[in-house]
Amino acid sequence: MSSADTTEAPAGELERDDAREAVVERFRSELGDAVVGAHVRPGHAVWVRVDRGAWREAARFARDGLHCAFFDFLSAIDWLPSPFGRDMDSQEDRIAAGDTDGSPAEPTAIVAGAAGGDTRFQLLARVYAPTTGTAVILKADVPDDDLSIDSWVPVYAGANWHERETWEMFGIDFVGHPGLTHIYLPGQFEGHPLRKDFPLLARRVKPWPGIVDVEPMPGGAGEGEGGEE
Amino acid sequence: MTAITDREKLAYVAARAADGRINIELETEGMTINLGPQHPATHGTLRIVARLDGEQIVSAEPICGYMHRGYEKLAEVRTYPQVTTLINRIDWLGSFANEVPFILAAEELMGIEAPPRAQWIRTILFELSRIANISLFLGDLGIQLGGLTVGFYAFRDREYVLNQIEAATGGRFHPNFDRIGGLKDDLPKGWIAETHKAMEKVRRFCDEVEDLLIGNEIFQTRTRGIGVIPGHVGLSYGLSGANIRASGVDWDLRRDSCPRGLVYDEVDWKVWTHPDGDSFARSWVRLQEVREASKIVDQLLDTIPGGPIMAKVPRIIKVPEGEAYVATENPLGEMGYYVVSKGDLVPFRVKIRSASFNNVSIIPWVARGLYVPDLVTVLASLYFILGDIDR
Repeated sequence: MSSADTTEAPAGELERDDAREAVVERFRSELGDAVVGAHVRPGHAVWVRVDRGAWREAARFARDGLHCAFFDFLSAIDWLPSPFGRDMDSQEDRIAAGDTDGSPAEPTAIVAGAAGGDTRFQLLARVYAPTTGTAVILKADVPDDDLSIDSWVPVYAGANWHERETWEMFGIDFVGHPGLTHIYLPGQFEGHPLRKDFPLLARRVKPWPGIVDVEPMPGGAGEGEGGEE
Repeated sequence: MTAITDREKLAYVAARAADGRINIELETEGMTINLGPQHPATHGTLRIVARLDGEQIVSAEPICGYMHRGYEKLAEVRTYPQVTTLINRIDWLGSFANEVPFILAAEELMGIEAPPRAQWIRTILFELSRIANISLFLGDLGIQLGGLTVGFYAFRDREYVLNQIEAATGGRFHPNFDRIGGLKDDLPKGWIAETHKAMEKVRRFCDEVEDLLIGNEIFQTRTRGIGVIPGHVGLSYGLSGANIRASGVDWDLRRDSCPRGLVYDEVDWKVWTHPDGDSFARSWVRLQEVREASKIVDQLLDTIPGGPIMAKVPRIIKVPEGEAYVATENPLGEMGYYVVSKGDLVPFRVKIRSASFNNVSIIPWVARGLYVPDLVTVLASLYFILGDIDR
């Protein structure tokens, strides 16, 4: 049962992951104060959040220092709680979730995820070392008043298309990118679709039927689910 | 060897000068041609704008987005079980394989593990979608190079695998069969024996392809040394799967970082690599992958454990707060989902890392200096699915 050695601890259980902690240490010793946050999920992944100014430096260190030659992906997260949340669109879902009063959900404050965060937009990238198996997820905060960051294209050629996608989807500018043009959207498209405050028009026009359509789970919880309505 | 005489030297210089004169006289402006969005050499709606100097490509810029459906945005307004319906349609030839990493990411966040029987069946179906996907690739490769026979054989033999997928899941192309905590249903009666038979047919198909296509002299001349991608360049562009293994990088996620919930550790199989990095190597590695996949399926079918196919999961799935990235080795390469959950019914953000997006982004690099007919073999051997580029 060789699958057992990776499944000893259920996900989320606290347990030390020395290999991934060491990656954080390497980043701290190389970049110093530029590492502003780190998080290790034992047996799963390591996150390192760096200062915006050290974004390209972090990539270069990951490639040269940690042998992460493989560029995996680059994207961003908009941490703004959606003003058009599912709750506002589809009441059935809220009732199914046990939330029975019909009032719109209160907008909540921005809460960042793994490795923390201070700003609404956060850059997200992952690189991997095929030789050693080291993988690291890098993050960087981008302040709202200056949505720009250094491009990774000089370090990883594959970042080119990913940065073009992030640029059009989130409106984050990449300094030093050889040609930020639209990749998916038509050239005259206005707005940045993956921002949380960009409305999804399909959902505005017709609310999703929602959870009432979900089929019963085989062997799942309880009988007579069909009559729940 | 006799010494080169002055006369020969002069003849050489004169010949070079004549060549140069012809080049100047025939100098063209440089031409821009459009391959696609509807073009036999591109699968689906990828458009390539190539600037030519004579027959050689100076620059080639793929233009995608004709099929962009915005799954990352749509996933933010669907519950976790509903998202699998969308992501089935990313790589539509190996749909089941698309569902798995997303489900595994959700399971990782919820701390659930599917029962062993479900893990086995998942892995079997995963490999079946790989076979269905790549056998069509092999057929398509033949069609692109004028060998239509292979194409018909591929469509014929893929049916055996699709029939098995359909028998188990009810869907030929979009099974939507994977569930958080297990699978929708158990296998039907007699399925295991039938699948063994189908695997025999797959192996016979591989032998046929080897005879008809890979061993074919015309095929070899058109693919050997064409579109060479060195390993380090491929890695920096994020090439994965057979494309990077064909460049000599011995890396397979199934073997090296098999995520919890798939059972590749239980079987005996081999990761094939090829040192050349050309179109031929990419085709050859994929052919071996089909063979290995059929072996994996055979072994798993023999060792499939009993028991339930669904873990205990809540009636309404709420995924606890957290972030997870799970990637698997899909037919096209690494496919992963970065799932951010806020403890809600719906994911807060889903970043879909699809293999073809990175695989195609190398085209401007690899196409430079190629001849136009060679671009066709490079595109065919890089192997992309439009839905996997545009998401």
